[in-house]
Amino acid sequence: MGWFSRSKQNISPESQKRDIPDGQWVKCDGCQEIIHKNQMESNLWVCQKCNHHFRINSDNYISIIFDKGSFREMDKKMRSADPLKFTDTKTYKDRIESTIKKSNLYDAVKTGMGKVDGRRISFACMDFRFIGGSMGAVVGEKIARAIEKAFTNKIPMVIISQSGGARMMEGAYSLMQMAKTSAQLARLADAKIPYISILTDPTTGGTTASYAMLGDVIIAEPKALIGFAGPRVIKQTIGKDLPEGFQRSEFLLEHGFVDLIVNRKDLKAQLSQLFEYMS
Amino acid sequence: MTKNVLDFEKPIFDLESKLEEMRKYQDTLDIAEEVKSLEEKVIHLKKAVYGNLTRWQRVQLARHPERPYTLDYIYLMTDDFIELHGDRYYKDDKAIVGGFAKMDDQTVMIIGHQKGRDTKSNLYRNFGMPNPEGYRKALRLMKLAEKFNKPVITLLDTPGAFPGIEAEENGQAEAIARNLLEMSRLKVPIIVVIIGEGASGGALGIGVGDRILMLQNTWYSVISPESCSSILWRSWDYKEQAAEALKLTAEDLLEQKIIDRIVPEPLGGAHKDHMQIATGLKKILMSELVALLKLKPEKLVQNRLKKFGSMGVYSE
Ligand SMILES: [Zn+2]
Repeated sequence: MGWFSRSKQNISPESQKRDIPDGQWVKCDGCQEIIHKNQMESNLWVCQKCNHHFRINSDNYISIIFDKGSFREMDKKMRSADPLKFTDTKTYKDRIESTIKKSNLYDAVKTGMGKVDGRRISFACMDFRFIGGSMGAVVGEKIARAIEKAFTNKIPMVIISQSGGARMMEGAYSLMQMAKTSAQLARLADAKIPYISILTDPTTGGTTASYAMLGDVIIAEPKALIGFAGPRVIKQTIGKDLPEGFQRSEFLLEHGFVDLIVNRKDLKAQLSQLFEYMS
Repeated sequence: MTKNVLDFEKPIFDLESKLEEMRKYQDTLDIAEEVKSLEEKVIHLKKAVYGNLTRWQRVQLARHPERPYTLDYIYLMTDDFIELHGDRYYKDDKAIVGGFAKMDDQTVMIIGHQKGRDTKSNLYRNFGMPNPEGYRKALRLMKLAEKFNKPVITLLDTPGAFPGIEAEENGQAEAIARNLLEMSRLKVPIIVVIIGEGASGGALGIGVGDRILMLQNTWYSVISPESCSSILWRSWDYKEQAAEALKLTAEDLLEQKIIDRIVPEPLGGAHKDHMQIATGLKKILMSELVALLKLKPEKLVQNRLKKFGSMGVYSE
């Protein structure tokens, strides 16, 4: 599953800053507009001219969604134990350690509880900075525990996906996280507790084929890449070019797999409204 | 004699051919001793080769074109199979088959990936790569089994869910995800058997259950060794290393506590004796079913949540 396939369009704001010498300006991938860093932040990393949604990290989403200072992170230091002693061109152990140093994250998801307009929710947000947001045992376990928290506290669950799929370096363990999280969501559904899934760029592979597609309501950010197979693999398999807009949020909405496409600035209000309807 | 000889089986094949040749002259020439010694040599060689298979060689055996497929197992293990078709929304996917059957006196719903044996049947079966309608058909049949309180057996053998335009348009990811959720709360026993290739989400899409069995020469992982090689090594040439790194054999998965049991195969692989492997598998399935049928539905579901909940290694 292709956590590796970074499309040029979606370089994170952090890496873009490096392109421009003084680090204060960012070029929009949508319209080439040069935007000042301060303006980016105040506009939630969305281009005011063309509405391009820049890829942002889990901390950014926490600041966008939660009431100030209300979020408490859980299982913060859980990390991969490299059960397969996996080695490709380098060892997985080294890959994890260098990624922890570089990203200041222990794995590709942050979980916790906090308040959205005064309503307590359980929450998970994936983070592309950690090995392409790939799902291994840590991601699976942390998300499963967050869903359990929603279940025992009878509070809504929200998961923001941003992931290339299951993590190869944990082999079948990674695959089983799809079943682990889905089983938890089944119990949550039986208890009639709402679950909202938010899809951001990119959401592919095993992440899409488990919790990302199981929301009572599924929200996508504009123009996010969402799919099961990566576009490169599909192109290789069928030997044809892919249609314009294929596997983007708008395409999924048209085909009936996304409920609504929400601009980042409206995300919190929409969540609040949906929680009210589903309580 | 098998037509499809894998590279590492070549020495065995050569020796066996030589033995066959010698047997022709056994009556006219006095070579009984030589024949006997060669026979022993063949057995020794077989044990040496098949007893020390690399992970990549296991993958090759799992893909052997003469291995029994789902419909072969159904015909060899059950009676009065009635195949049921279609997802009731869109289509009948030929890469997944299923229906009611009798295994001894037990009615079961048996569902599995289906590969083809030649070009024509492989095109018909889409090489065992399901589209969303395949997963939706499987779920429909599982719900049917639940409605009439019959246990479910699924047989996994796929190189992956099909990566195509239509598959994406029709929600390949949603179809697999839905199955994971629904299978985890299905109120009848589910036994899963990996009979060949267990490639990623395409396999797991019918692979959530109470007991997970793997035939001895099969593989199950998050990605195929070839794709893993192309991504991590950026070349297709490291499939052997990728297979080693992924730890994807039945022994590996038993050690990882992801599967419950290994089903032994005849020496050289399941394809050497379809009847023997089917008989052995049936016996195991019947004994597993007896145990599972004693459990209350709530207990089954509870255990399943716990079973998959415990999979994964991490430190905190
Ligand atoms: Zn722009």
